[in-house]
Amino acid sequence: MDLLAEVFSFVFQAADVFAFLVLAASGLAIIFGMMGIINLAHGEFIMCGAYVTVISVQLGIPLPVAILCGALAAGLIGIALERTIIHRLYARPLDSIVATWGISLIVTQGMLLAVGSTWPGIGTPAGSFIVGEYTYASYRLVLIGSAIAVLVLIYCVFMKTRYGVFARATMQQPEMARALGVRTPMVYSVTFGIGAALAGLTGGLFAPTMTLIPMMGMTFIVEAFVTVVVGGADVLLGTAPAAIVLGVIKAALTAWYGQLFGQIGLLITVVIVIRVLPEGITGWLTRRRV
Amino acid sequence: MQAQRGRSALALLGAAALASFTIASAQAQQDPIKIGLLEDQTGEIAIFTLPKVRGTILAVEEINAAGGILGRQIELIDYDPQFDNAKFQEFARRLLQKDKVDVLFAGATSASREAVRPIANRFDALYFYTNQYEGGVCDANVVATGAVPEQQFSPLIPWMMERFGGRVYTIAADYNFGQISAEWTRVLVEEGGGEIVGEELIPLGVSQFGQTIQNMQKAKPDWIMALTVGASQDSFFEQAHAAKLGIPMASSIRIALGFEHKRFAPPALQNMYVTANWFEEIDRDVANAFKARWRERWPDETYINQMGHNAYAGIYLYKKLAETAGTTDKDAIREVIAGGDACIDAPEGRMCVDPKSQHLSHTITLLSVNEDHSIKIHEKWDKIEPYWLASVGCDLTVKDHNDQYTPSYLPE
Repeated sequence: MDLLAEVFSFVFQAADVFAFLVLAASGLAIIFGMMGIINLAHGEFIMCGAYVTVISVQLGIPLPVAILCGALAAGLIGIALERTIIHRLYARPLDSIVATWGISLIVTQGMLLAVGSTWPGIGTPAGSFIVGEYTYASYRLVLIGSAIAVLVLIYCVFMKTRYGVFARATMQQPEMARALGVRTPMVYSVTFGIGAALAGLTGGLFAPTMTLIPMMGMTFIVEAFVTVVVGGADVLLGTAPAAIVLGVIKAALTAWYGQLFGQIGLLITVVIVIRVLPEGITGWLTRRRV
Repeated sequence: MQAQRGRSALALLGAAALASFTIASAQAQQDPIKIGLLEDQTGEIAIFTLPKVRGTILAVEEINAAGGILGRQIELIDYDPQFDNAKFQEFARRLLQKDKVDVLFAGATSASREAVRPIANRFDALYFYTNQYEGGVCDANVVATGAVPEQQFSPLIPWMMERFGGRVYTIAADYNFGQISAEWTRVLVEEGGGEIVGEELIPLGVSQFGQTIQNMQKAKPDWIMALTVGASQDSFFEQAHAAKLGIPMASSIRIALGFEHKRFAPPALQNMYVTANWFEEIDRDVANAFKARWRERWPDETYINQMGHNAYAGIYLYKKLAETAGTTDKDAIREVIAGGDACIDAPEGRMCVDPKSQHLSHTITLLSVNEDHSIKIHEKWDKIEPYWLASVGCDLTVKDHNDQYTPSYLPE
């Protein structure tokens, strides 16, 4: 029983890190993988989702609906941003970094001026369970479930729908896709919107468990980039396996030596992966397949 | 023409009213005393440090209305270092070199203090650090007005051990404040016959604590010393509560600095025990009058935290020192400190500067947080001296050590 409880504890914590990484990174990975845009304002979409969710709950909307509101708000803002700024930068990846970073600074400092430096939290939904000598918050299971649901959703959208075919065609051969009648600007907008909405969803899901401040996106962004770098360009072939590997490494090191070593382990993994697999897990898997 | 005369008459009237209101306007020609202020107004810890700016402004306005310092008005020059230590240095240089301030008030985190301190040394300027901190700075340029470990941990840790037991788990932010405070906790727990069953240093910006909570449940401490810093690390309390951790916690910075009991949905902070020199909940006459003045000036303040109080009291301490010295000259002010009875009546109570370490004695209150996030006050200690530095050999009246000591790094 004791051993079982320990095993469960480890699997649960690894899954918890996995959920954090998948949710933090999926929006970023879609925008980077499909469009080649490195979106440094990713954290601000997460922050947007979190604020909209918390404010909705405080207005009396039930939490699950509020989280969807958060995702929707971030998605719509994402589409608006793509239409106004991002679409000018598709051929200029370095400029897109500077532009999105600028947006990120404007948004965090603007939020600080507009809504102040802190916002009251809503508290994690009640419920906990016990395995062996450990207690767990039930809400963490919701987070783990949501991470898996997000992966399934991404698979379905990009592999099973008409939009998914258009999107992949646009990303691989934009000229050919346009020649065949695909409205590529629309596809870009929607894809960016999906990435932003996923970030908003992440913010909404984590909002009850965190302190709400305008800079809260920062705590996601390092892990998100680490996951995307290790994973490579493909969300399904890259982000998911990368999150599993990193989740296990981080949970194990944190359990043995504490948070600091968990963090160090994460970063060392990135260094090694960049050296050995410059295109991430995606590149390695695709090469094997070919 | 008529209108113009009317206006100048009005201005005359206003000037007359001002003159009768402040004695100082007769000396308005005299140069103002310049106070330089560097506190984060944006960035990760701005929620906690903005009250420092407001406390300073309140004190300056009050003093100016009552005639200033030595009959001279105070001119406050402040910049926002944006939680960036490089900017702290850049602005400290600007204040001392270009603005030529008479005294520097700067920094909340120990990292920012250690960034500013060498610059204050180089310009041989008087530098007030008003935050509570991990202690040990023995530097002739620095007057440290906040509480230190022997004032916060020495009362708190034995009290916690007596009430809950000797098995302690420490989590601390991974920079000088957290590391040295964790060391103090270790020393005091072991002195009291207890045991540190776990110690985790958390990098700043970490917001996910699932595994840490599990590590705590495995180590089964009697209580936790919570020295996390910053808004991201604060998420620990919500997550620990959601996981039903249910272990009492102690801290030197919760509530007093971060007013977590006002920011989090109850009962996330239940069973948190804190010692500090100031909480807004302190209910004494001088404190209440101070709170009323603050709330009149800043009606929207969420919580008048210890940083705000200390910043306010720091300006009054400077006024007292400069007026006793009869000048703003650093060496003259240090002579007043060396005299040994430089005291003021701050909102927290009477505080006096210790000549050897240039730290302050404090009135310390121990309180805990109830389930509904109301506060229960347990004990009050009057005038706890900052004795540790002098006891290990720091004596600034004899020699400028220009160093920071810890239990494992003592003066030779």
